[in-house]
Amino acid sequence: MATEVGPTSVKAPASGGAPIHHAPKGVGEDNRIATQGRWAAWLLAPTILALSVVIVYPIITAIVMSFQKDAGLDPATGLFVEGGPAGFSNYYNWIFQQCPAPSGGTVDCPPGTLGAQFWSATGTTFFFTIVTVALETVLGFWMAVIMARAFKGRSLVRAAVLVPWAIPTAVTAKLWLFIFAFEGIGNKLFNTTVLWTGSEWPARWAVIIADVWKTTPFMALLILAGLQMIPAEVYEAAKVDGASAWQRFRMITLPLVKPALMVAILFRTLDALRMFDLPYILTGGANNTTTLSILVINQIRQGFNAAAALSTITFIIIFLVAFIFVRFLGANVVEQQTGAGKGKK
Amino acid sequence: MKTRNFLLPVATAGILAITLSACGGGGGGTTSGSDAASQGLDGRGPITYVQGKDNSNVVRPLIEKWNAAHPNEKVTFKEQTDQADQQHDDLVQHFQAKDAGYDVASVDVVWTAEFAAKGWLQPLKDKMALDTSAMLKPTVDAASYKGTLYAAPESSDGGILYYRKDLVPTPPKTWDEMMSMCSIAKTNNIGCYSGQFKKYEGLTVNASEAINSAGGAVLDENGKPNLLTAEAKAGMANLTKAYADGAIPKEAITFQEEESRQAFQDGKLLFLRNWPYVYNLATTEGSSKVKDVLGMTALPGKDGPGASSLGGHSAAISVYSKNKATAVDFLKFLTTEETQKFFATQGSLAPVLGKLYDDKELVAKLPYLPVLKTSIENAVPRPVTPFYPAVTKAIQENAYSAIKGEKTVDAALSDMQKSIESASAGQ
Repeated sequence: MATEVGPTSVKAPASGGAPIHHAPKGVGEDNRIATQGRWAAWLLAPTILALSVVIVYPIITAIVMSFQKDAGLDPATGLFVEGGPAGFSNYYNWIFQQCPAPSGGTVDCPPGTLGAQFWSATGTTFFFTIVTVALETVLGFWMAVIMARAFKGRSLVRAAVLVPWAIPTAVTAKLWLFIFAFEGIGNKLFNTTVLWTGSEWPARWAVIIADVWKTTPFMALLILAGLQMIPAEVYEAAKVDGASAWQRFRMITLPLVKPALMVAILFRTLDALRMFDLPYILTGGANNTTTLSILVINQIRQGFNAAAALSTITFIIIFLVAFIFVRFLGANVVEQQTGAGKGKK
Repeated sequence: MKTRNFLLPVATAGILAITLSACGGGGGGTTSGSDAASQGLDGRGPITYVQGKDNSNVVRPLIEKWNAAHPNEKVTFKEQTDQADQQHDDLVQHFQAKDAGYDVASVDVVWTAEFAAKGWLQPLKDKMALDTSAMLKPTVDAASYKGTLYAAPESSDGGILYYRKDLVPTPPKTWDEMMSMCSIAKTNNIGCYSGQFKKYEGLTVNASEAINSAGGAVLDENGKPNLLTAEAKAGMANLTKAYADGAIPKEAITFQEEESRQAFQDGKLLFLRNWPYVYNLATTEGSSKVKDVLGMTALPGKDGPGASSLGGHSAAISVYSKNKATAVDFLKFLTTEETQKFFATQGSLAPVLGKLYDDKELVAKLPYLPVLKTSIENAVPRPVTPFYPAVTKAIQENAYSAIKGEKTVDAALSDMQKSIESASAGQ
């Protein structure tokens, strides 16, 4: 993974002058640097163009839309008419759970509207994120430590571990739906009669179990990459100094694997914050398993502009979490871990 | 210097990008829906028919037949996925883009009002009028919005009450009768009744049926919510009471159509509310334990047959179509007796023409037709409203809580009422 060609390789020429440092300093150098800089910029232009079209434009459009009212019905004609500018009301309505009142103005969203679900969906999203990422980190670490050892059939184990991750999430969700059905294998195996998708905590655990099953391998692989970069001599030296297995783990493995680990956790966290397919297929969002992404999709069918506001809020939440990770927890994604993969589910 | 050199190309690229994407996305809004509805009325030429996945190969042979007869007005078939939600979103995207390539689209009965209110469907009046006198009235109602027909009923569907002939001597006509027969289920140690009570579209179908069958209505004739009535309360209470006292087994809140069919086929239920498709599977699948004892009757109501929710599809013409004269002819072709018969025999799709339900040949092939006719004749379309997505969520959310006993029936209905009011209040 560490050799994967990431975006940085495209940027490399932009950092300019490095290759000409060996040349004797002369009059032409300033000129040459300027020419190279311009050349690099033109080389970069197509990338910028592509990024603007596929990333900047949709984001800006979404933000613009989020300041528009959704179309309302003209009672006379029975046709929808454009809503006009909304100011911050879409955002305000989500955050304070306000819904339009029949008499004009707004009221607290009654249960049964999407607006009433904003904070519970936010809570659910973070609950899923924290629990699944914690479980996946522990299990993934354990799997990585096993895979890092040299033993017969190691490649087979590594390949086998990857299988759950390689299955599309929607398929995974369908598989677990059968397992968690009332007459499914889950209940048959343990001789229980749990309504896995029909009551609150079992439904949450069903989502968590399926998600952990699916994405632990991803975590394990990223951590494995980190483990393999630790030179064996360090462990040998520690052994000679009489360090116990626990001390070696705590003083050597953990600090040295930390950069890789933080990146792995960051990717999984961002992934988990936008969890959609698993709960959508497993429970349909019932029993408090509605995540923010599910809420966005449901809202899209009821009004694009409010949905744009909600996805902007989600975007900001995820961006803040990523910022905290990079800024305060030292997840260094760009400089050291260029090839750590692309958090793709 | 270096910075400025660097910025120039990048800025050029950026501006270019914004301009490019603006061209792609905006599209200008030159023709609004109402203008478009008066254009292309006489247009003839090739058209496209858009429909969800053609599982039983009905559409292609029909289109071949049409094309053979109309070499200059050929129909191309655009097949969508088999997921209703994705079909809906695909149609919305193409209508929003004013795509003239989506001439005729197959529209689920619950989307008609939404699409019509958005101004995307061609009203079928004046020059475009269609003769609906031979069609079952509920199918025509479901294809109309504010008294105007917007689509041609294409296929229909209604709920049927399946029961165990070996255990139930005479099928129940009313809900109370059915509940009184639950003692039979108890002595045989099986569940009494189930429909689809998972929180999804099927719950809207079942909850509306309960409310409509008890004489209530989700929406009044003006499209306003009308749930604070004694009838609506009685209907909802039928469900919640049956779930609380075990007449509906507790696992039923995880049931969609397939799970409930499976439970019935495994001999674990006395009564099952489901769609006609169950008939074929329950009588032919090797594992079915009810093969020889499958009974069918109309859904139970208050004093007689209950009010089924209506399923099915209608064919609508996009206002952006350029060849509307051809499109109307194609709609008429889809609703001829011959085509409708082909739908029924080839695809087991319930016809929209009343007389086909008494057709001996058809009834021999699809024995559920007489029961289905009663069901569809008494059917009430699911709430016809342009805010259907919000209305169905409001029903699902609150009916689910009520059935599970987390809310009283009164609270659930009042929350449903308020949610629907809020959804239709606009902003």
